[in-house]
Amino acid sequence: MTALLETRGLTRHFAMPRPSPFAPHQFLHAVDDVDLTIAAGEAVGLVGESGCGKSTLSRIVSRLLDPTGGELLLEGRRISDMPAARFARSAERRKIQMVFQDPTESLNPRFTVFNLIADPLRMLDPPSSAAELRRRVEEAATAVNLPLALLDRLPHQLSGGQKARVGIARALVVEPRLLVLDEPTSALDVSVQATVLQLLDRLRRERGIALLFVSHDLNVVRLLCSRIVVMYLGQIVESGPAQDVYAAPAHPYTRALISAIPTLRADRGERIKLEGDPQSPVSPPPHRCRFAGRCPIEQPLCTRTAPELRELDEGRRARCHFAGE
Amino acid sequence: MSTPVLSVRDLTVDFATRRGPVHVLDGVSFDVGAGEIMGIIGESGSGKSVTAYAVMGILEHAARIRSGEILFEGQDVLKMTRRRRDAWRGRDASIIFQNPRTALNPIRSVGAQIADVISRHAPAPAAEIRARTLEALRQVRIPDPERRLRAYPFELSGGLCQRIGIAIALACRPRLLIADEPTTGLDVTTQAVIMDLIRSLARERGLSVVLITHDLALASEYCDRLAIMHAGHVVEIAPTAELIARPHHPYAAKLLRSVPSLVDELSQLQAIEGSLPDLRRTDLPPCRFAERCERRTAACDAGRLRLEPVAGQPSRLLACRNPL
Repeated sequence: MTALLETRGLTRHFAMPRPSPFAPHQFLHAVDDVDLTIAAGEAVGLVGESGCGKSTLSRIVSRLLDPTGGELLLEGRRISDMPAARFARSAERRKIQMVFQDPTESLNPRFTVFNLIADPLRMLDPPSSAAELRRRVEEAATAVNLPLALLDRLPHQLSGGQKARVGIARALVVEPRLLVLDEPTSALDVSVQATVLQLLDRLRRERGIALLFVSHDLNVVRLLCSRIVVMYLGQIVESGPAQDVYAAPAHPYTRALISAIPTLRADRGERIKLEGDPQSPVSPPPHRCRFAGRCPIEQPLCTRTAPELRELDEGRRARCHFAGE
Repeated sequence: MSTPVLSVRDLTVDFATRRGPVHVLDGVSFDVGAGEIMGIIGESGSGKSVTAYAVMGILEHAARIRSGEILFEGQDVLKMTRRRRDAWRGRDASIIFQNPRTALNPIRSVGAQIADVISRHAPAPAAEIRARTLEALRQVRIPDPERRLRAYPFELSGGLCQRIGIAIALACRPRLLIADEPTTGLDVTTQAVIMDLIRSLARERGLSVVLITHDLALASEYCDRLAIMHAGHVVEIAPTAELIARPHHPYAAKLLRSVPSLVDELSQLQAIEGSLPDLRRTDLPPCRFAERCERRTAACDAGRLRLEPVAGQPSRLLACRNPL
């Protein structure tokens, strides 16, 4: 089976401004050597702290940003050679769509809901007639449970949950194979979040749309996604089936992340505190584990040799010398 | 019981708009005891931040306090003169805001911003103010405080900025701290560190804390009691464990069922139907949740609804005629 989307050694470094023309070049390692596979109809959760590179990765995967290394394959075809600007006009564009974080800021305030949903369709898959356009916009609105009476409204006349659904409808209308969602529920109230999550899950089951769900909320990821990928400072530090990772995290960072989530359950374990801030992502030393310095189980080995991402069990990988012990 | 540090009685606040007044708070009442951490929980638009701003006296100009009392250690702060209230704010009661980066002045060093509060409320020679500024930074466990003193907000991470916010709030040793969504926008790992810090400071100094949040799970870990707000009403107040185990108000129960950490399957997660009523309406029912509630009966629409002790459970207060 070919994966829907595959990345091989995907890397994005940003050149840092130099204090003088003679100073050495310094690079911010936003995304470093990421191998990620998403099957058709699969929901993958990408989690990590702010600054870990999850948003950069999601922007590369959705081809809004060019990688500086590695390759990206969509349905077996390389799409990373094409610059992002040209990809935007290619036939592949509609297969990968993005839903952005803040539904208020990502919608043009002067467009009606109808035009917000119709716009991507006009750009990427122009319908033959106005009637066809209306039919497809209404179909997308219905798919996200948006009442058709709202189509003539402007974004400021909608509630937060309705705006989130407009954001999903305009991604959905071009019939994508993969939805990349960057924290789509973080601006929503919990009561509304539930509806949006269930909507995404239904779209995945009924239409076979794969989801790359970027979030820092492991509780939400656990419910929606079958697989979790944890990032730390540009690298994948752990990946595996959601329930397994959640029940028995192998990497110390994942353990800290899970234990830090507030929960209503009485049976919560001891909280692992991470003191200090992550080290700088600018030119990280290559022979040192990037989690060293904050890691509760650090050993002298960790500052001498950087761990590789290695397979622990079937489909379970972790980047730690001591994982699985 | 001793006098509560903060006692809000029947607070009613309107906002004037071009299309008439919006009834943002209606008869809000709650107490916060010494050393207690009280959580105020609600969705956006429920009035939790307005409550905080009313207590601090920093409401915007369109807001009108129609009635009610805000008693701080028995004294009504609404009756204080402007001068006295300005002296009270920051010295006896402080607030930390949601977004630490925008709450700080971007063009002054953090040390200067902490020193400002100290010199405003407790003028002293420069050397002493500097010493107290350093102490304030140490208290919020900022590593290398001498160096951080000269840092500007943009040089610090979100978590460090929020610690500076807490340092400013606590510099003059207030007895009441209002934390308005102090960790929204921070990472969960940073959130845990900040909340642990707030809790330990509260325990060490007997500081009373009002934690305003929409995150029920977060509040349940750190608060002694919870007050649930909906559309400008406090609908239920109870000790945290009791409220989580057995909510009496239908809205509180629904809120609990929408929290992801409590369920194992996505299908068990329940959204709350409907949305907050338009608070401009003049025909709002006595219970503002009635129009979203399955348990509504004729009794719900009869006469004013008040927050009252639950029979046999004196620690719990409830505003509902058909409780669970």
